[in-house]
Amino acid sequence: MFQAYDPREGKRLSLLNPEGCLADCVSALPRPSDEEVLEAYRVMVLARQADEWAVNLNRQGRMPTYVLNEGQEANSAGALLALRPDDWFVPAYRELAGMIMRGLPLHQIYLYWHGNELGSHLPRETYHMLPISVPVGSQPLHAVGLAYAERLRGSDRVVIAFMGEGATSEGDWHEALNLAGVWKSGVIFFTQNNQWAISLPAGKQTASATVAEKAFAYGFEGVQVDGNDLFAVYAAVRQAADKARAGGGPTLIEGYTYRLGAHTTSDDPRHYRVDSEVERWRALDPLLRLERYLRLRGLLRKKDVQDIKQKCLARAQAEFEQAERLNDPSLEDTFRFMFHELPQPLARQLERRRP
Amino acid sequence: MSSLCLVEAVTDALAVEMEADPAVLVFGQDVGGKGGVFRATVGLQERFGEERCFDTPLSEGGIVGAAIGMAVGGLKPVVEIQFSGFTYSAFNQLANHAARLRNRSRGSLTVPMVLRTPHGGGIRAPEHHSECMEALFGHMRGLKVVIPSTPYDAKGLLIAAIRDPDPVVFLEPARIYRSVRQEVPQEAYAIPLGKARVEAEGSELTLVSYGAQMKEAREAVRQLAAKGRSVELIDLRTIYPLDAETLVASVRKTGRLLVVHEASESFGAAAEVMAAAVEGAFEHLQAPPARLTGPDVFAPLARGEHHYLIRSEQITLEAERVLAYEP
Repeated sequence: MFQAYDPREGKRLSLLNPEGCLADCVSALPRPSDEEVLEAYRVMVLARQADEWAVNLNRQGRMPTYVLNEGQEANSAGALLALRPDDWFVPAYRELAGMIMRGLPLHQIYLYWHGNELGSHLPRETYHMLPISVPVGSQPLHAVGLAYAERLRGSDRVVIAFMGEGATSEGDWHEALNLAGVWKSGVIFFTQNNQWAISLPAGKQTASATVAEKAFAYGFEGVQVDGNDLFAVYAAVRQAADKARAGGGPTLIEGYTYRLGAHTTSDDPRHYRVDSEVERWRALDPLLRLERYLRLRGLLRKKDVQDIKQKCLARAQAEFEQAERLNDPSLEDTFRFMFHELPQPLARQLERRRP
Repeated sequence: MSSLCLVEAVTDALAVEMEADPAVLVFGQDVGGKGGVFRATVGLQERFGEERCFDTPLSEGGIVGAAIGMAVGGLKPVVEIQFSGFTYSAFNQLANHAARLRNRSRGSLTVPMVLRTPHGGGIRAPEHHSECMEALFGHMRGLKVVIPSTPYDAKGLLIAAIRDPDPVVFLEPARIYRSVRQEVPQEAYAIPLGKARVEAEGSELTLVSYGAQMKEAREAVRQLAAKGRSVELIDLRTIYPLDAETLVASVRKTGRLLVVHEASESFGAAAEVMAAAVEGAFEHLQAPPARLTGPDVFAPLARGEHHYLIRSEQITLEAERVLAYEP
């Protein structure tokens, strides 16, 4: 299915060019409808505005350490658009657009970053997603387990697990790919290769020319896509999902993208990378590209762009305030989710702390 | 002398040991070009070159496992694990190899390495960034576990850890990385591992703590002094091997013991200190040894941290309870 885009031959799937024009070959590939593209655009604008607002709040002292998404929105937005709402979504921590696409309320996402565990409250049948996973590269194994459970229960749900290129250096990541290959798991491993793991450039993370080619050593296909191109991400994920649903096993997709901002609000990239590189990637901004496409197709007017942006910013501000207004977790909240029932030492410790 | 904060004292210790011994090298994630996420290794790559201070891929098990090989091969690696909770990924290498190689090889192969990692919470950090893992390391067998509470101690203890012939886990209290400055000698000096420090002498109660919690303990001692109570304050400095001698001598004098730490209670370092007191000063005790620790829960995120962290007023209150106890 992915033979035409073998990463070992230096090929990368790219459909929407920076000027907003689609390649001819798109007709042979899965493609979102106009309504879906508009939906993805709105989600990506909201993610961008929410991201910028969070950084602003951090500078005001109203938001603890926050992970930035700027420039990577098309990866998780395109991927989640290509999946069913009941397919499992296993995020890392840079999938804000995907979370919005999955239907997670923005105020709940903000709540997590604002330091309230309730932000990770995710009823299984509502969201079919796991919480943000901070230990890098650990969560792809959970995706393999989820896929096993779905298959054994006779469902055709597939699982998508996200991680950055830094995660591909972790042992757990290799164990996940190996297990998935052996078990022919219905998993899509989506690596957002944003070129930087905090201060380490991708070229020092791995000696492989691509992340995607690592899949072949584990016995399944890998493909590199332009991660700033919603159409390329959609096409690859849709094909990988169709394959997984039909019992064809896992796929590794490398979204070749760029982290335009800092790693987190605690990081200052001026210590380790040059501005000219960032500027070069700014010209490839996934949002700008999609905007040009929609304008060319007559699906978006110039005034709509500003209008959507302003509405999204206002929404981000309102949703943050909703998160900020919510009560802090109580003393009891810090204890009650440790076990199904509070064991004796915890009950005693809680009693001792009550005012 | 120079006036340094704790994290600068760490950098200074690394620099003087790298200068003195070409076998010492520093590596980990973002320690080279960026100088570490807490800026603990800033300037070392420029000064000592990329062969002796370098960035690794994102691979905690790889960092510790490779350090073991380097140490056996005659180098003295000092590795940084960026945040405490990521050390769990390296447990296999730490517990199964770093800690055991001397014993397994009947003393023929040794692992003189240091693992540096931040310790504790109170910095409004994301999940897994606020772990207190000293009891886990102390229980592993074969590892020494050190945690300073002042810039002066940080430099001297880290130098001792680098010179130690066995693996040392060096825990750095992130909350007080930059909170206090202290005069620190420019030259190298080593503070022996395994020795606690009596920071303030007193006669009525022995108060034991370590790391960032010492800041609150010192404040509690001041609050208690203002109420006319005489408290002996001990900074444990080394979790393993525990300095039972200093602890027992103090409890024999005061007859009362309160141990305070941020880490969770069950099977924690406080239990070990209390056991030492009961074993060595049983007939001198005038009150049951007491502990004030974190509960057996995960360190909450920013908005719940206040439920977890121990403040000086709580220590004072608990100390007064121990002081009021009548046998």
